Amino acid sequence: MKRNIPLIITFLVGITVIFSEFIPHYPFGMLSGELENWFLIISGFAILLGQLSLFKVNILKIKFKKENWQYSVITLISVVVMIGTGLLWGTKDNTGILGNGDQIIAVMGSKPFDYLFDNVYQHLQATMFSLLAFFIASAAYRAFIARTTESNLLLIAAILVMLGNTSLGSFLTSWIPEAISFLHLPKLAEFIMKYPTTAGQRAIMIGAGLGIIGSSLRIILGIERSYLGGK
Amino acid sequence: MVHFFEVLGIWIGALLTFAIFSFLYKDNPFYKVAEQIFVGLSAGYWFVYTIFFILLPNMYNPLTENFAANWIKLIPALLGVMMLMRLIPSIEWVSRFPIALVIGTTSGVFFLRYLKSDVINQLTATIMNPFSGNNTVMIVGQILLVIGTFTGVVYFYFSKKHEGAFGVTARIGIYFLMISFGAAFGYTAMARISLLIGRLQFLLGDWLGIIQP
Amino acid sequence: MAQKTIDRRWIFLLIFIGVALPLIFIIGLPIETTENVRMVYEMVENTPPGSTVLISYDFDPASRPELYPMGLALVEHCFQRDIKVIFTALWPMGVQMAEDVLDVMRQKFPNKEYGVDYVNVGFKAGGIVTVQAMGKNFREVYPSDMNGTPISEIPMLRGVKNFDNLAFLFSLSAGSPGIKEWVQIGHDTYGRPTSGGVTGVSAPSILPYVNEQQQLTGLLAGLKAAAEYEFLMDSPGLATSGMDAQSIAHLIIIIFIIIANVNYWRANKAEKGGK
Repeated sequence: MKRNIPLIITFLVGITVIFSEFIPHYPFGMLSGELENWFLIISGFAILLGQLSLFKVNILKIKFKKENWQYSVITLISVVVMIGTGLLWGTKDNTGILGNGDQIIAVMGSKPFDYLFDNVYQHLQATMFSLLAFFIASAAYRAFIARTTESNLLLIAAILVMLGNTSLGSFLTSWIPEAISFLHLPKLAEFIMKYPTTAGQRAIMIGAGLGIIGSSLRIILGIERSYLGGK
Repeated sequence: MVHFFEVLGIWIGALLTFAIFSFLYKDNPFYKVAEQIFVGLSAGYWFVYTIFFILLPNMYNPLTENFAANWIKLIPALLGVMMLMRLIPSIEWVSRFPIALVIGTTSGVFFLRYLKSDVINQLTATIMNPFSGNNTVMIVGQILLVIGTFTGVVYFYFSKKHEGAFGVTARIGIYFLMISFGAAFGYTAMARISLLIGRLQFLLGDWLGIIQP
Repeated sequence: MAQKTIDRRWIFLLIFIGVALPLIFIIGLPIETTENVRMVYEMVENTPPGSTVLISYDFDPASRPELYPMGLALVEHCFQRDIKVIFTALWPMGVQMAEDVLDVMRQKFPNKEYGVDYVNVGFKAGGIVTVQAMGKNFREVYPSDMNGTPISEIPMLRGVKNFDNLAFLFSLSAGSPGIKEWVQIGHDTYGRPTSGGVTGVSAPSILPYVNEQQQLTGLLAGLKAAAEYEFLMDSPGLATSGMDAQSIAHLIIIIFIIIANVNYWRANKAEKGGK
């Protein structure tokens, strides 16, 4: 029961969705549409599961005083503050349990939830990802060495695209005569993107697409069961 | 007072930006604290938005406002609660039922959509007359597109050893993939630099007021 | 093969300075438009006034510098042409990004009325399955807008039942769920013109959709494309002001690559000479 019924559910649901594409009439069309609406609600619970799981992991870390457990306290405080402010006074366009927080808005200029998002969260996330600008420059210095034909192609394509995708590219090759205008850096970069790059990416897309189709069939037919986990 | 909180917000943003940037020198407690605040606020944000934008309008409100017409939503609600059972090890297996439904639906949709969009439509886009272009550059490009796609797909066929004519074709495929990865690197570099530009526009504009924000 | 190495923090410092200085001292390098950006621009230009379109904000603050300027330029273009816009998001933080764009637009277009000219229907999870459900029955997925107002009470949404009632779909996408889902469902399943703006990182993998079948009608890829769109609109903004910094930073990275290669060749030569 613990394994077979979920496998039967997966099979029936998967087959219904596929059938509904070819037979969009009753009952397949209706069933497929209903399943899609259920999916949205279950996805909502799945998100909650993720957040509750974060709670559980951090509480256990604090309880057993694992390495760097102090930082878990900060994580938990941050979650509680964000959820608390969001549920109590709502978000920009939603009313919370304690109302719309008009008095707080009069003082702070916005609701606490939005204030935290605008002034703390946005900056943290944006900066976190901007660190990659430094690392990619460092990686280019260390790893982009022309050793073989393959690495030469990689290097040349990267440099042309980097130059072509900036105003500098236009500036540097603006003198090129019309007859050989395809050598103008932005046009060269556009050519590389439109043809050889698209060819490579399309090959990857077709390969990955076939892989996903195969995996989907294996899951629907019950051959692939690892998603059920456990014994 | 509003102005005070505006200025305070900008200063908090600037200090947290430097706390994260401090990682470039070396890992340190300021970075770690900022990182944990980021994780916590992110989780809290997702939680609140899921409640306000999914569970209330698509489940709770229809059930409470017109139960007779929407009673069927009790099924996904129950499945959703069963999903949460994953947190309790002794009854973790209960969560397999909603997971089965989610995986089944996703597999069905993926099967159909990837087959059409990523396989059939891509093959259709490649099967063309490459000599139909308006100029030499376009014709050369289209020939490269056809050859590159074909040889690239051949490279991904691992059931046959890459040797002889098949090996040469796969080798040409690798060259196209390398150009593609090089271009991808160029675009990635552009993307990452853009993010840094965004940060510096904040620091130099909103915080220091040196440039027009 | 002893290659000369330098402390990577010097590279960090140079990149920081290389980006900061051009932001302060503007050079004003030229901007050229590309075909994919022009296709997006033409798509909006050719959309009849009064049509309704859907713009999905599928990104978060991590990709804001690239996608927010695109969002601003595109919405401004739509509003200039009297196109009605439905804002949605497959990423929860996309809602806030769309609201930030709307805050700017409310100042630029004070006559545009919420519910009549634009509406924000908020975030929905579920990725591709939810997009498919939207295509079938818009109202089932969005029973209300983000303020909780029932869809039936919003004037501009009275005639919107599914994707057939939308002139085009547009995704500002930083990954999954995002533009791929809109192409697969919006265009390939329901046949609606679909386009998008993506981060530089995901651009190469999305490009194959820009083909003769017009799975995507053009594509805005990265900050450069945003600057091009601003140029076409004749309305320089955030993206344009960042292009000088982008150019100099790219130049620094290329110089570093050249130095690394020269060092490698020298070391290789010395090694061969020593044998």
